[in-house]
Amino acid sequence: MTHCFPEAIIKPLGDSALIVQLGEGISPSIHQKVQALSMLLNTYPFDGFVESVPAFNNITIHYDPVLVLNHLANNQPSLTSFQIVCSNVNELIQHIDDSQKLEARLVEIPVLYGGEYGPDLDDVASYHNISPEEVIRIHTQSECLVYMLGFAPGFPFMGGMDERIATPRRETPRLSITPGSVGIAGKQTGVYPLETPGGWQIIGRTPLDLFRPDLSPPTLLQAGDKIKFVQISPEEYHTYKEKKR
Amino acid sequence: MTVKVLNQGLLTSIQDLGRYGSQKYGVIVSGAMDKYSLRVANLLVGNKENEGALEITLLGTSLQFEKDMLIAITGGDLLASIDGEKAPTWRPVLVRKGSVLQFKSPLKGCRAYVAFAGGIAVPEVMGSKSTYLRAGIGGFKGRALQKEDVLEFGEMNRLSTSLFHQLNKRNNDFTWAVNYDALINLQQTQTIRVIRGTEFDRFDEKSKRTLFNEPYTLTTQADRMGYRMEGPPLSLATEFELLSEGVTHGTIQVPPNGQPIILMADRQTTGGYPKIGQVITADLPSIGQLQPTANIHFKEISHKEAERELLKKEQIINEIKIGVRFKGLYL
Repeated sequence: MTHCFPEAIIKPLGDSALIVQLGEGISPSIHQKVQALSMLLNTYPFDGFVESVPAFNNITIHYDPVLVLNHLANNQPSLTSFQIVCSNVNELIQHIDDSQKLEARLVEIPVLYGGEYGPDLDDVASYHNISPEEVIRIHTQSECLVYMLGFAPGFPFMGGMDERIATPRRETPRLSITPGSVGIAGKQTGVYPLETPGGWQIIGRTPLDLFRPDLSPPTLLQAGDKIKFVQISPEEYHTYKEKKR
Repeated sequence: MTVKVLNQGLLTSIQDLGRYGSQKYGVIVSGAMDKYSLRVANLLVGNKENEGALEITLLGTSLQFEKDMLIAITGGDLLASIDGEKAPTWRPVLVRKGSVLQFKSPLKGCRAYVAFAGGIAVPEVMGSKSTYLRAGIGGFKGRALQKEDVLEFGEMNRLSTSLFHQLNKRNNDFTWAVNYDALINLQQTQTIRVIRGTEFDRFDEKSKRTLFNEPYTLTTQADRMGYRMEGPPLSLATEFELLSEGVTHGTIQVPPNGQPIILMADRQTTGGYPKIGQVITADLPSIGQLQPTANIHFKEISHKEAERELLKKEQIINEIKIGVRFKGLYL
């Protein structure tokens, strides 16, 4: 079955990359299309394909224009590299609906909430006029979806957090946030993989490493994963940390 | 046998052509700021062009050689000297055991590259020797070089060995050097060619004209990650929120203050600011040679012309490659 995607738009991002727009806004159904095209590209890479980077509703394709043209048959000298890549990508787009839906992984992220590990938990609670325990309960009940990774290695952009605990960023960002910190910014929740400055409300910390450059893939989470946060005790937190050593 | 770092200078790190294939995990590309200079440096010593080499920033770096070595120095002219004598650049050079290579100060450009025959012996991390400074991986122990560090090197291939012996026989006399003029521009006032960015049409009419008519200056916030520019502010026709999405080397994004930022080698993989333009790939190495206070004029060209410019430069690199091979193996 071929299904045409009238909503798919290809925009050049300079002369060595392009963005394939597969819809507007953030939704699990558009995310499915992004995931499907991502998989198709990695399974059937065109000549000169470098890599693809999925985002909320589009996918950026990096390619090497020189390699694309080197593979070109001599009888099509007037085509540009961009035109060739577009036709390759359009071909793959036709198969988005045919491709098998990927079974989402469910990843549990253990979190030690509050105290020195989650210094903003109380602020988030009082912002919503609920108890810190209630914030934790709502946070651990949400099932989140990792739409994309970006900003830092292994940093998940997630959707699906219960909006009852949506909280604006801190007025003054912290200069340094400890890796593993779990935070809330607006309707988003996320985990910091590296020590960075940041303005998110930090409500807890996970003992897991989100970025692990020695392993393949180098990140704990990947686009398409489903996430559940699980509350752990200080003892459990330290047991996790010990195990890593 | 090795090279010892006597002084690390401002910022000296190992870079190659970048760490590709992991951007979907949020792992940045890194790599040389001036890729043409890195590629030529490698070619001149018989290496693969994507071998890891040293990227030296502005001044201060000093290296001591503990054996005879074949190297090449390219990129910006940072007044390199070997034992106090002006060092030959853009050609293969034999450095003698005990000699000291020093970079004094920038005469032209901002970054010099030193390639070593056989390549620098550091492990590849995720397929690259480039240093990812912020995450502490790749390169030399995941960091910039420091005083007292000791570099080791790989085995020389047939071409490198042949170049080495020729230079040894002729007492380092080499009558040929690469003319880099057609590859990179080391001036601090440059016209940089740009294709329209993905959100170009979202900017107001005045801003669209301003970008290509008014000069922009590099501020002191210019590093391997990006260049903050200063000039007439650019504004959107109507405010809108852009979700984070892929960006690339040379993306010109405009944050709410209206002052454009050019994303460079250590850029993040994704960004959420509107993209007004995109520096063409063929001009990226030239902007890698800019210093703070440099002046840029952006000039619009078509996507097709950008591809043509890239192919032209690729042709030059190819000629250099063939030239070195010929000199190395047949003379």
